[in-house]
Amino acid sequence: MKLSAYDPGEFYDELYEGQGQPRPGSTVLLRKLASLPEGELKKRQEAAERVILNMGMTFGVSGSDHGHEQIFPLDIVPRIVVSSEWEHIESGLRQRMRALNFFIDDVYHDQKIIKDGVVPSELLHSGKGFLPPCIGLNPPRGIWCHIAGIDLVRIGDGRYYVLEDNARCPSGVAYVLEARQVMKRTFPELFETYRVRPVDGYPSHLLETLRSLSDLPDPTIVILTPGIFNSAYYEHSLLAQKMGIELVEASDLVVVDGFVHMRTTKGSQRVDVIYRRINDDYLDPLAFRPDSVLGVPGLMESYKRGRVALANAPGTGVSDDKAIYAYVPKIINYYLAEEPILPNVPTYVCSDRRDRTYVLEHLEQLVVKATNEAGGYGMMIGPHASKQEREDCARRIEADPRNYIAQPTLALSRVPTLVEDHLEGRHVDLRPYVLYGRDIYVLPGGMTRVALRKGSLVVNSSQGGGNKDTWVLS
Amino acid sequence: MLSRVASSIYWLNRYIERAENYARFVEVNLNLTLDLPRGTAEQWEPLVATTGDHESFLHRYEKATKETVIQFLLADAANANSILSCLVAARENARSVREVISADMWEQVNRFYLMVRDAVSKGLSSHNLHPFLLDVKANSHLFLGITDATMSHSEGWHFARLGRLLERADKTSRILDVKYFMLLPTVTEVGTPFDIIQWSALLKSASALEMYYRRFGRISPDDVAAFLVLDSTFPRAIRYCLIKSEDSLHAISGSEHGAYQNQAEKRLGRLRARLDFADVEDCIADGLHEFVDHFQVQLNDVGDSVVETFFAPRPIHSTIPVMETQ
Repeated sequence: MKLSAYDPGEFYDELYEGQGQPRPGSTVLLRKLASLPEGELKKRQEAAERVILNMGMTFGVSGSDHGHEQIFPLDIVPRIVVSSEWEHIESGLRQRMRALNFFIDDVYHDQKIIKDGVVPSELLHSGKGFLPPCIGLNPPRGIWCHIAGIDLVRIGDGRYYVLEDNARCPSGVAYVLEARQVMKRTFPELFETYRVRPVDGYPSHLLETLRSLSDLPDPTIVILTPGIFNSAYYEHSLLAQKMGIELVEASDLVVVDGFVHMRTTKGSQRVDVIYRRINDDYLDPLAFRPDSVLGVPGLMESYKRGRVALANAPGTGVSDDKAIYAYVPKIINYYLAEEPILPNVPTYVCSDRRDRTYVLEHLEQLVVKATNEAGGYGMMIGPHASKQEREDCARRIEADPRNYIAQPTLALSRVPTLVEDHLEGRHVDLRPYVLYGRDIYVLPGGMTRVALRKGSLVVNSSQGGGNKDTWVLS
Repeated sequence: MLSRVASSIYWLNRYIERAENYARFVEVNLNLTLDLPRGTAEQWEPLVATTGDHESFLHRYEKATKETVIQFLLADAANANSILSCLVAARENARSVREVISADMWEQVNRFYLMVRDAVSKGLSSHNLHPFLLDVKANSHLFLGITDATMSHSEGWHFARLGRLLERADKTSRILDVKYFMLLPTVTEVGTPFDIIQWSALLKSASALEMYYRRFGRISPDDVAAFLVLDSTFPRAIRYCLIKSEDSLHAISGSEHGAYQNQAEKRLGRLRARLDFADVEDCIADGLHEFVDHFQVQLNDVGDSVVETFFAPRPIHSTIPVMETQ
């Protein structure tokens, strides 16, 4: 197919330095694409979609009535990350993971960082992620967040920035694993030439991480899912399958004599470690939301007594609050006495009066996000919003400033993406996955989310986003 | 194994088997009506009667015609037992236990579901009905083969076989019943060549014709009943289904044959023993239809006690006195 017409445009392009000039690392891929007969790439895209359909690789969308499931679109043109770049990313993620865990442990104990005036006290205590029942708790080895997904973006200057932290129940890793399988079928010849670092090791690293939470030689580990109607159910079952552990729903669990058990066909069996994919406030109706039917009564009490381990620990939401995010560079500096390797995107915290005034005056240039939302919900993109939408947004900010932050509209980097029969640039971000057990593991790769709609900057799957395989070269 | 997981595997297999047998129901009726003498009206209402969903049918359709009955049994999403509904339910159950079944099993359920969904949305009519029924049977067989070849033959597999064979025993009895409801043009036709053609069509629908010939050589109504009810080696015969179901039940509970640990084993053991010591006269003495009816009631009781014994959430009682105070 002809690639000469592809225009990287004014944005940073992940595969091209300039029109017709591949970046180092992309040459072989682009030569391969150019050598395909017209229409062949589209054929392979369709074949990949059939595989995805038959595998039942789906996600649910809340509010959609098509049997709750949609196929997660995969664009078969991969993103390539060369090894030197990846080393930089990886060291930045390790640093951030350590700092966030120090921060969480501190805010539930001595709160030194507050006393030293680095993070404002009211910002901490007004956040929904801060859970008073967790004060004084001591999870194994002082680690609270074992599994994180940290969203990165690359902008015009070619540098990676951290866009947001996901330290509660980050999802998407199943799509990374399955996308790789589909890609191996789609471009077997490229996997022979390229040295793409494998991602298949993730489930065994995750299992090791979960094992590290128990002192028992052979702990019983389960994944707790809200059930098949949860949008990430596919991922929960895939991870359980690949780790060979039980996938349980809350109704399968019961607390007896202070220990957590699961109901089996042969009576009850004790559970030692729970990888829970249920939000904090639904975990235990006795401790948090009394109306939760997804939770297990008595779970928190059992957890507090150290009779069951939870990953992530309850209370990690305090660290991925989008207003706290603005302080993460200072947090890194405070606990590690290091400069952040991966910088933050400049962020205006609306609870700060000066920032708020600036935000309200520059709404048409900014992206406004709710501090406690995920999945692209509650987001306003100034340059794309109508006057009415901006005015509504301003009113919401004034009514509840703590709940909003704003960032400049970023010119996200692009990757060539198949549109009908040719390639066009589409904006992407990158979510790598970080595990923290006995040591820190960073999955070489991650989910490259792509905004499939022309010009769109929203990459969330719930908002018309797709997925690309991320090839980290060794 | 989690009770919920065992339950989903059991129902997954019941629904797949049910879908396959609904295809067989329609097939037997198509075969029977094709053989009717010209001028005889096609009979579709008896088919609905044999499924046990007569009331629900009359609620939704005015008249039992070929079109309405086929719509009801194959494509009606409002009929919980239609092939479409079975596949939706099977897939939902499979989806909730994907971590326990093999990826190949899941993909087969998913493909099977997509095939049925697409066929239904394109519309089923006379010219594509037969290939569709063949597809349903083949997909069910494929699922069974994949299950046998890729799932460890341990507890989960035994729940799968239990579900499948209890369902099959029930449906084979209903296939026999189709013949009862299917009226012959005149009473005097009983035992005529025409009657014989119908019995062999029925055997064919149970995929039993060749195996039947190997055992009995020629068609006689009593032998057909004996074969489909009492044969201990033909895999769609009722007695075979009960024997293997019982094997699985004992493999799950670990109790010995000839003894029982729970209500399910007790009821299934009794029912199987009745067939072990029955001959064809016992089946037809009060009429085959009455025998079948009675059998179905007892088989339902077995199914109820399987659910009660293994799947129903039971309270778990404290094993040590609660002495902790805060």
